Amino acid sequence: MSIDLKTVKHISKLARISIDDEKANKLKGDLNNIFEFIEKLNELNTDNVQALTSIAETTLRFRKDEIKSENIREKILKNSPEENKDFFVVPKVVE
Amino acid sequence: MSDITSQSLFELTSNIKEKKLSSEEITKVFIDRAEKSKKLNVYVTDNFEKAIDQSKKFDSNPNFDLKLPGIPIAVKDLFCTNGVRTTAGSKILNNFVPTYESTVTQNLWSQGAILLGKLNCDEFAMGSSNETSFFGNVQNPVGENLVPGGSSGGSSAAVAANLTPVTIGTDTGGSIRQPASFTGTVGLKPTYGSCSRYGIVAFASSLDQAGPMTKNVRDCSMLLEVISSFDQKDSTSIDYKRNCYSKELSKDIKGKKIGIPKEYRVDNMPDEIEQLWKNGISYAKGCGAEIIDISLPHTNYALPTYYIVAPAEASSNLARYDGVKYGFRSPGQNLIEMYEKTRSEGFGDEVKRRIMIGTYVLSSGYYDAYYLKAQKVRQLIKKDFDDAFSKVDAILTPSTPSSAFKIGEKTNDPVSMYLNDIFTVPINLAGLPGISIPAGKDKNNYPLGLQVIGKPFDEQNILNISYALEDKINFKNDISDWWLSE
Repeated sequence: MSIDLKTVKHISKLARISIDDEKANKLKGDLNNIFEFIEKLNELNTDNVQALTSIAETTLRFRKDEIKSENIREKILKNSPEENKDFFVVPKVVE
Repeated sequence: MSDITSQSLFELTSNIKEKKLSSEEITKVFIDRAEKSKKLNVYVTDNFEKAIDQSKKFDSNPNFDLKLPGIPIAVKDLFCTNGVRTTAGSKILNNFVPTYESTVTQNLWSQGAILLGKLNCDEFAMGSSNETSFFGNVQNPVGENLVPGGSSGGSSAAVAANLTPVTIGTDTGGSIRQPASFTGTVGLKPTYGSCSRYGIVAFASSLDQAGPMTKNVRDCSMLLEVISSFDQKDSTSIDYKRNCYSKELSKDIKGKKIGIPKEYRVDNMPDEIEQLWKNGISYAKGCGAEIIDISLPHTNYALPTYYIVAPAEASSNLARYDGVKYGFRSPGQNLIEMYEKTRSEGFGDEVKRRIMIGTYVLSSGYYDAYYLKAQKVRQLIKKDFDDAFSKVDAILTPSTPSSAFKIGEKTNDPVSMYLNDIFTVPINLAGLPGISIPAGKDKNNYPLGLQVIGKPFDEQNILNISYALEDKINFKNDISDWWLSE
């Protein structure tokens, strides 16, 4: 199986990373090399193997639904790329 | 008294407790050496001014009951530090100043340690040579233009160059053990669930673990004791009774069964590594351990499995970097364009490659063929270890298939770079603890490491085996300080 340029562009769209044609071509080569290496897994028959979903053999804990941090608006907004004391600012999304 | 910066953590804490040295004295000496060591490029952000203030504060009201009394420590720049910039080696977090502290670093400060600064690493811990960092590559103090390993390359270089007494790194596929091996230092990846992941910039959540990087095994046990803790804030943190690793440290490994897996060999592996392994085996025998040949038949499938699982988790984890709430933003005409430009300009090539792999293997129609397949093979790899550990107490292998390589040597060939982690990745996939200790040198005089792998939560046992081996190996790093400027 090989990944073509169209697929590379489709993945980059899904991943929300814009790439130009030169980069896309380079990535196509890299990805094909990597996938060639990954295809080795097809040597193994795994029909009767249960997929491993959690390495720590524990179930997730329950906790009480309590508010532990209050008045953290300022902290949360502190690193926002565009300053505004109440909201995160993004380009207009509603016409 | 030997030069302060070359002292072990054990010596420094003893000297502080016996009032032979003050925290301020120690802190200033490390800062002074860092100022002369810029060529190594270990620091992304320093915290020197605040560190001196904090050391004075410690000295004015010292608490000698703490485990790291007034000890200055630099940490990998993947740990969020409250009020101190945290970049993960990426442009996309270039201006990020956390408003909270990671649990592991909080454990350090609660025991009296002082933050010296944040150490360089591969971008989002994705790399094996520290060359993917937005802040440039790190020089290995072992020799000029050699990589220090990665992703915790700034950390391994800083310990080897005596720029911090000890440090902490993170290990997703070998990022503590491989750089430790390349720099002649000790690095331990704990059992998954031992050290909290809260506040660590996430790469692959089912594999990531923080761990100590030190000059010797005793320091490693002291630091593990501080950072390993149960934490409500990490849903995969495991609540179990942790050992007093440093108190229970012992060279008595008589009767321990140590497994030697025949699959831990690669084509063209240097003879020196085979020899190093044989030496390790004979030292272990000399300490009274019993050597048992074992098989881990799926070893060769570990790397391909890792390169599905880790990028898949990374592509999900890194979806949060969209230029909206924090970090770098590149303006766009609309929201989607802003996302795409931000991520295109903010991430480096290796990170983009891995996000693309991850996005592909999780995309509609490919999930079963790749991700599900990998999760099944991961089960087989884990079962290999379960079977082996029914016969042995620990497993001994080389840490890496080569010594440190030249800067730039492998940057154009991702697969050859990935092969560096062939002996370390299986341990992350199985969630086990593993430690790398310096065990010898190759023909170029570059360090080589041996890895001891343990059962889950059996850190004490692998520390003890390493402690016994370290004593027999008697490794000397002989670093010449070639990088120092006046």
